[in-house]
Amino acid sequence: MESKTQTLDRVVIRFAGDSGDGMQLTGTEFTKAAAEAGNDISTFPDFPAEIRAPAGSLFGVSGFQLHFSSSEIHTPGDAPDVLVAMNPAALKTNLKDLVDGGVLIINTGAFIEANLKKANYATNPVEDGSLEKYRVHAVDISGLTVAALDGTTLSTKEKGRSKNFFALGLVFWMYGRDTEPEIRRIMQQFTKRPELGEANVKVFKAGYNFGETAEVFQTVYKVPPARFAPGTYRNITGNEALALGLVAGGELAGKSLFFAGYPITPASSILHSLAKYKNYGVMTFQAEDEIAAMGAVIGAAYGGALSVTASSGPGVALKGEAMGLAVMTELPVVIVNVQRGGPSTGLPTKTEQSDLAQALYGRNGEAPMPVIAARSPGDCFYAAVEALKVASRYMVPVMLLSDGYIANGSEPWPVPDVTKLDRFDVHHPTDPTGYHVYERDPATLARAWAIPGTPGFEHRIGGIEKDSVTGNISYDPANHEKMIHTRAAKIERIAQECGELDLRGDTSGDVLLIGWGGTFGSLRQATEELRSQGKKVSHVHLRWLSPLEPGLEKIIRNFKQVVCAELNMGQLRAHLRAKFLLDIQGLNKVQGQPFKVREVVAAIEQLLGGARLSEVNVPTAPTARA
Amino acid sequence: MDAPKLVKLTKKDLETDQDVRWCPGCGDYAILATVQRTLATLGIKRENTVFVSGIGCSSRFPYYMNTFGFHTIHGRAPAIATGLKLARPELDVWVITGDGDGLSIGGNHMLHALRRNVGLKVILFNNQIYGLTKGQYSPTSKVGTRAASTPSGSIDHPLNPLQFAIGAGATFIARATDTDAKGLAAILERAYKHQGSALIEILQNCPVFNDGVWDTVKDDAANHQLPLVDGKPLLFAGGTKGIRLSSDLVPEIVNVGADGVAPEALLVHRERGSSAYAHLISSLTHPDFPVPVGVLHSHEKATFDSMAHQQVADAVAKQGKGALSKLMLQGMTWEVGVDGIRA
Repeated sequence: MESKTQTLDRVVIRFAGDSGDGMQLTGTEFTKAAAEAGNDISTFPDFPAEIRAPAGSLFGVSGFQLHFSSSEIHTPGDAPDVLVAMNPAALKTNLKDLVDGGVLIINTGAFIEANLKKANYATNPVEDGSLEKYRVHAVDISGLTVAALDGTTLSTKEKGRSKNFFALGLVFWMYGRDTEPEIRRIMQQFTKRPELGEANVKVFKAGYNFGETAEVFQTVYKVPPARFAPGTYRNITGNEALALGLVAGGELAGKSLFFAGYPITPASSILHSLAKYKNYGVMTFQAEDEIAAMGAVIGAAYGGALSVTASSGPGVALKGEAMGLAVMTELPVVIVNVQRGGPSTGLPTKTEQSDLAQALYGRNGEAPMPVIAARSPGDCFYAAVEALKVASRYMVPVMLLSDGYIANGSEPWPVPDVTKLDRFDVHHPTDPTGYHVYERDPATLARAWAIPGTPGFEHRIGGIEKDSVTGNISYDPANHEKMIHTRAAKIERIAQECGELDLRGDTSGDVLLIGWGGTFGSLRQATEELRSQGKKVSHVHLRWLSPLEPGLEKIIRNFKQVVCAELNMGQLRAHLRAKFLLDIQGLNKVQGQPFKVREVVAAIEQLLGGARLSEVNVPTAPTARA
Repeated sequence: MDAPKLVKLTKKDLETDQDVRWCPGCGDYAILATVQRTLATLGIKRENTVFVSGIGCSSRFPYYMNTFGFHTIHGRAPAIATGLKLARPELDVWVITGDGDGLSIGGNHMLHALRRNVGLKVILFNNQIYGLTKGQYSPTSKVGTRAASTPSGSIDHPLNPLQFAIGAGATFIARATDTDAKGLAAILERAYKHQGSALIEILQNCPVFNDGVWDTVKDDAANHQLPLVDGKPLLFAGGTKGIRLSSDLVPEIVNVGADGVAPEALLVHRERGSSAYAHLISSLTHPDFPVPVGVLHSHEKATFDSMAHQQVADAVAKQGKGALSKLMLQGMTWEVGVDGIRA
């Protein structure tokens, strides 16, 4: 049967299945195909903390959402147009997000009684008419996979594992993707077990051919290529970009990189990437715990290395005391916090922005640190370079905030020409004449980075307060206060590195939306939508949270209403209110999920309509028990 | 070209202009003097020597050494020193710690620094008490220690630092007393020349909060110390007594000579002996046994820092020095032309 082709501007597709079903791989591969076809892309992997949760369970569902488009996009999309549900639990947990009339591909092979029961379905939704408002394609993916591998030596269990490739083949057909590069990639991934590679290719082709021959699919969709600025592109996740930025920062500083870390979700892959870059002079150290990782980077920085550690909230909490030592001894290190849901263990695989207060204030004593936040996967590269530059130029520990959403999410990234990035070569003094440990550069207030191995510079530093010049232990009250002010003033000096505020829209108007970090895409997209409707809305997205960027207060004063949107209870908002004594409202969400564009748009429309956002956007107010 | 000049230092060269702030009579004074005197004779370079300490009375030590020094935070000195040694393996890195700093709050870091065989020389001042916090019992205090926090006597069993080091797989383990300048100097020299991690326990007196805890051991060294000499039988009390292993593998004190056993019947000390042997000897404690002093165990194996650098060197040799611009283009890339469309 001849299929008709329909051209679409953009598609949001979500693959959902058991955490062992290979949904992340399926999503990643389909992303590559979209990139190959020249679409703009944005991805959102959303998976449980359990590595292999019990099969069929609701809590074990793993999802991967891809937004691909022929025009510029900033987010992985609010709601999927297409949902691939590999089992009843995946359908149950994801169906509420699917747009009305959306395409639903269901693996009926997994809709057996045991799985239906685990997903709390009394009747089979494929048969009971409850899916009528969607365009349902019921396909026995499990059965067709096993059939495709009939005659191979693989066990039934092994055969079943290939079913994600059937689903992948099917969507390749639906969107007219080129199968050849994918077949090559599959074989490359299974070079050690070519029989599995061949099986997966077989199943992949079977899925594709099924789409072509089965009469259920009457339409092939085409999403034309998007327009990009000219250049070389690659698809990149936030953690990959961050690791690259650290290596690049080392090179720009004329230094090799020292990285110490302790495994923690969602930061571990930074350590994994860097461990592979040894031939770039990168040394990685998996320490015995978070504190040791922080200690090791302080020790390496004392020795003159450009040093970085990465963790997430709970690990950063453990590093707190040692960060204070880095503040006190004024050593350049970068601490990366890939934020996740908290408090405590919280939601390890979900995103949140709730560690801002920890970053700003989470140390004993007056221990200010510069805090910079990355806004998108590709931006993690530039944020890492910037953090290393400021750390070494100002001799301070710098906190770099990322989050689980941009760390795991990906986007097409114009690869920068590293030879064109500004260098910030680091110098260690060699002439000891008149050297004093805490004498400062008047422009940056940085002390000299004098390192062991340099004759004449033998000196002692430590966590006890020191004399403002010699660095010797000092309990003098006036000296202590002077040092407290000096350390704070040094952070404020960093404002001279900030550059222009990132502002979309006019410098005055009805509503100013303020955001920071990984919410950039949603907030910017929402702003564009509101502005296209003629609304006087502008968006400022902060890169530096400490020091605050110059010009921020002035622009806040130019708007009738100001709203700070964050994935927390209002941490930046509280900070800005305290700094500026200005009325700033909060748009807050703490569900372990990013903002949807429509949520932001709806909130701003509410504001424009004269309403006031509640202090905190808790969906249901807590009730007191009698 | 001139031959490199041998650095000739004196004890004075290693002193700083800082007032030493330990209590009068503190064992730390003697240790400081011996370290300064010994290091001066070893041909060290001040600029290549770093003393890293944690928190506690002993951890003030770096301020008094005219080398590089880093007075860090409680218990973390081994972690910070590990980072330093990894970044700068050519430096001589000494760690100064105490029984509280190194075995209580910092026990984990000590364990892993020794296990990895990082080339650090750890000097652990053991006075069986917390001094700087004014006299609480420590992880090495004997059961029943009455201290500020244990008015009814402590009830937990003490940790033996040497056994801890053996368990961690340390490659150099030794013990000395604070006032035995000669014995300590010999051990410091051995530790300095050892490539891997070294743990030196110093029995140190706190005259304020735990005065005299080692007095019997120190004052009557002949009868209460067991000198460990590689290849020699375990003898003490002027050679009249020794340590023998009973048939059920329990060490016992025996008389040696005319009315006792022949020296051949005694255990012979082996620095490179098994960890079981080292463990057995380290279990000899006061007052039932003389306290072993000297080098308990020593063997060389590849250090963590040298292996870490070797891996980097191997990667460069195998893959070539990485070019960043190439790394940036790793994986799937594509070109977008001036028309804005993917090529």
